[in-house]
Amino acid sequence: MPDSHHLKDHYKDARIFNFRLLMAVIIIFILVGVLLGRFYQLQVIKHQDFVTQSDKNRVQVQPIAPTRGLIYDRKGVLIADNRPSYTLSLIKEYLGDIDETLAVLGGLVELRDRDIEGYHKRQKQRRRPFQAVPLKYRLTEVDIARIAVNEYRLPGVEVEAQLVRDYPFGDLLAHSVGYVGRINERELEGFDEDQYRRYRGTHTIGKIGLERQYEGRLLGEVGYEHVETNARGRVLRVLERIDPQPGEDLRLYLDIELQAAAVAAMDGRRGSVVALDVKTGGVLVMVSTPSYDPNLFVTGISYKDYDALNGSLDLPLFNRAIQGQYPPGSTVKPMLGLGGLHAGVVNTQSSVLDPGYFQLKGEERKYRDWKRKGHAHRVQLHQAIVQSCDTYFYELAYKTGIDRMHEFGSHFGLGVRTGVDIPSERTGIWPSREWKRRARGLAWYPGDTINVGIGQGAVLTTPLQLATMSATLASRGELIKPKFVRNVGPEEDAREEDNEDLNETQGLKVSERHWDSVYKAMEDVVHSPRGTAQSINRGLTYRMAGKTGTAQVVGIAQGEEYDSEALKERQRDHALFVAFAPVDDPKIAIAVIVENGEKSSSAAKVARKVVDVYMLDQSDEDAPL
Amino acid sequence: MSRAGDFKRRMPEASSHLRRPVSLSQRLHMDLPLLLGLFLVTAYGLFVLYSASGQDWHYVKRQAIFFCIAYGAMFVAAQIRLNTYRYWAPWFYAMGVGLLVLVIFFGVGAKGAQRWLSLGGFRFQPAEVLKLAMPLMVAAYLSQRILPPNFKHVFVTLVLVSIPTLLIMKQPDLGTSILVATSGLLALFFAGLRWRYIFGAVGLLLASVWPIWNFVLHTYQQQRILTLFNPEADKLGSGWNIIQSKTAIGSGGLEGKGWLNGTQSQLNFLPESHTDFIIAVLAEEHGLLGVLYLFAIYALIIGRGLWLAFNAQDTFGRLLAGSIVFTFFIYVFVNVGMVSGLLPVVGVPLPLVSHGGTSIVTLMAGFGIVMAIGTKKK
Repeated sequence: MPDSHHLKDHYKDARIFNFRLLMAVIIIFILVGVLLGRFYQLQVIKHQDFVTQSDKNRVQVQPIAPTRGLIYDRKGVLIADNRPSYTLSLIKEYLGDIDETLAVLGGLVELRDRDIEGYHKRQKQRRRPFQAVPLKYRLTEVDIARIAVNEYRLPGVEVEAQLVRDYPFGDLLAHSVGYVGRINERELEGFDEDQYRRYRGTHTIGKIGLERQYEGRLLGEVGYEHVETNARGRVLRVLERIDPQPGEDLRLYLDIELQAAAVAAMDGRRGSVVALDVKTGGVLVMVSTPSYDPNLFVTGISYKDYDALNGSLDLPLFNRAIQGQYPPGSTVKPMLGLGGLHAGVVNTQSSVLDPGYFQLKGEERKYRDWKRKGHAHRVQLHQAIVQSCDTYFYELAYKTGIDRMHEFGSHFGLGVRTGVDIPSERTGIWPSREWKRRARGLAWYPGDTINVGIGQGAVLTTPLQLATMSATLASRGELIKPKFVRNVGPEEDAREEDNEDLNETQGLKVSERHWDSVYKAMEDVVHSPRGTAQSINRGLTYRMAGKTGTAQVVGIAQGEEYDSEALKERQRDHALFVAFAPVDDPKIAIAVIVENGEKSSSAAKVARKVVDVYMLDQSDEDAPL
Repeated sequence: MSRAGDFKRRMPEASSHLRRPVSLSQRLHMDLPLLLGLFLVTAYGLFVLYSASGQDWHYVKRQAIFFCIAYGAMFVAAQIRLNTYRYWAPWFYAMGVGLLVLVIFFGVGAKGAQRWLSLGGFRFQPAEVLKLAMPLMVAAYLSQRILPPNFKHVFVTLVLVSIPTLLIMKQPDLGTSILVATSGLLALFFAGLRWRYIFGAVGLLLASVWPIWNFVLHTYQQQRILTLFNPEADKLGSGWNIIQSKTAIGSGGLEGKGWLNGTQSQLNFLPESHTDFIIAVLAEEHGLLGVLYLFAIYALIIGRGLWLAFNAQDTFGRLLAGSIVFTFFIYVFVNVGMVSGLLPVVGVPLPLVSHGGTSIVTLMAGFGIVMAIGTKKK
């Protein structure tokens, strides 16, 4: 092992080592000399300076939280505000005996166990010295007065005026705007130094929705002031102040009036409504019902309230618009019909025999139409869309093939996130051979293709994806990227950033003829007496193109105990409707899902009510003054 | 000795009367002066910790328990034969590196750093293993080569040093990686590394400052170095610690403000007062005299340790003891230097005083090895 053991000279080794040891001792002496010199400098020469500095530590740097940016709807209506609220806080360093202080406070204001428990929890988190830790939020005038009178016997107790987030429209916008909540331990641990600095003085952080997505812009920049305090921590005077910079405001495409109309139209049923501005991709409406009051979360929701929301069978916390994945059913038929025309597998004149079912050659299985005896002897594309003929689309799907259908549907945003600017969006499924191999480990069968033709089988879409598909139809193939925020920052900077996404051509060049055919068919879905949505055309003052759909409810969890009435109700089909209007110059595209709505017309009625309000508003704007 | 041996062989039962008396401490492989130094620093440390932790018995108790474990580890380490250490050094080293690799995949941690392995609720830091494995490995390797080491041996040593150092730096844990690298490099230094290598390395280091700054250091590490030179720049953020610790030290003066009377520490101005910044508490409350007293104890420990290294019986023992003891000094120097604002804040605790269990156990086990070297019979 040693290269040449017999040559190893142990005396030489020792000599080398001893010399190095001597060097080491010299180095140690030098370095210790440096340290002692430093301590002499600090503790003897500059001692007086540091004594002054230490006394001056009563002069403290206190962070000032910035004002969070506001959020406005498209017409400038304030939908997320900051409201002054008085908070009772304790500064541990100045407290005498904490239990005694709490006892005194308990005699002055109502302190619940939850407040005290929450205080101890917050006190344990990482914090700066002399940082006030909140004990009770939303003090009343009486509370404030009582504490002020007893201030002399409450060292370390402070009443802080804080701005607290307020959502004046409550549950109307919870799923899009989201909410802020107290910074929790996990979030705090994830902070880097810069974030830690930025959140000094700020107690809340955006948790979901726009509040979370735009957290960095809404937050603002922390300011601070040097204050001189007496020994008990009361501020005597402010020496220097760096003002905080308020966060930037958000201006949305969202229209509070339309949103309210959509919620009203849903009439307490579960489901979702998404409407997009066709020209910009701006989200005009995003409804997911039932909803919840985001104000509950701002200063900390009680366990009872949270359990009620979280345990509800109706899933109010679940944002159906971007997380709910439903089979789109027949609503994808116009898009698939267009694809068939584009691929040349059908034309407007070609027809399909409709005995009420479709069969693959050489297979027994019958793919049934929803109409048992079929729609007509032979069905053409126009009729197939207007009456939602399944047989026609079984055959069309078979002829088009899954690869072309997958490719075509992808141009309409199916199977991928739309990229909307709120978090937690889901992708849905727009199946392909590759997808099935990856997800299920199985080969693609012809039967799979047939089901995709009527938006069933493996197909899943979110309501937002359906609205995007509808808007892409309305813009004749330009893929729309939905977004909430029109601009960030002061209003004068507002420029219509709209068409930036639209200008990218998505490589979808479908003949105008084909578009016209599909538009006509969709228009007749609503306006022709035989259309599946004819029930909503009475009194329509504008032309609307639409498509109905129903989706079978599958996968009610076994063994869960529902009472039989509720179970029955929840097994009904979902009702779907996609539409855009006006047909000759589409401005608004919409998708509606009414869970267990049974008849697709129930979804169509919701859509009509929302689009009515929008069109009325438009005509007001257009009217000469 | 040999005559006594002969005698013993002939008359075994008589030997007990004639044998040169072997003291209890020798039989237990304990070196009394070194042990005294360690006891003194333990006592002083706990005394300061009580004040630094905001008079929290909980911390002191925990620390005392760790010291018990640590003295146990030291005692065990002192009983093991030197040849056993030499034989197992490569295995120990390989295990340490293996654990560091595991940290990359299964490590847990907080604030972006991934340093611990968690085994059924018990967490430990594999980097600590390297604090002992590194000097053992390098000393074992070099002691079997002709000294001073030639280029090839220096190269191999550098590879042995850099693998764990880089792994630890990656976690990231700058403080520990510096200490681990130091312990290996010091063994190389004691082995008589030629001056031209040393000066060459220093030259290279100076030349590599720019690329390291730009490509290796994390932003937070750059920030720490920048605030060292200008702590006033960021009063709320990273400058806070240095300003406050300097104020604490300076305001302590010659005699200090008295135990439990330091305003900086007691009013919580001083962050991390019971861990990395504990010497600031000591300096504030016990003044320069308290600092000198602590330095005197450290001097006793280091001086005695180097003396044992000087008297060691073979090259392995000399290199190992020299490296362990000098690394201990580097510990002290880096910590005191950073708290007093001479060096960047890299997260090195004050050895045997700062609160924190694992580092105490490894340090004491290291001294156990030094005692094993020092009490080996001729």
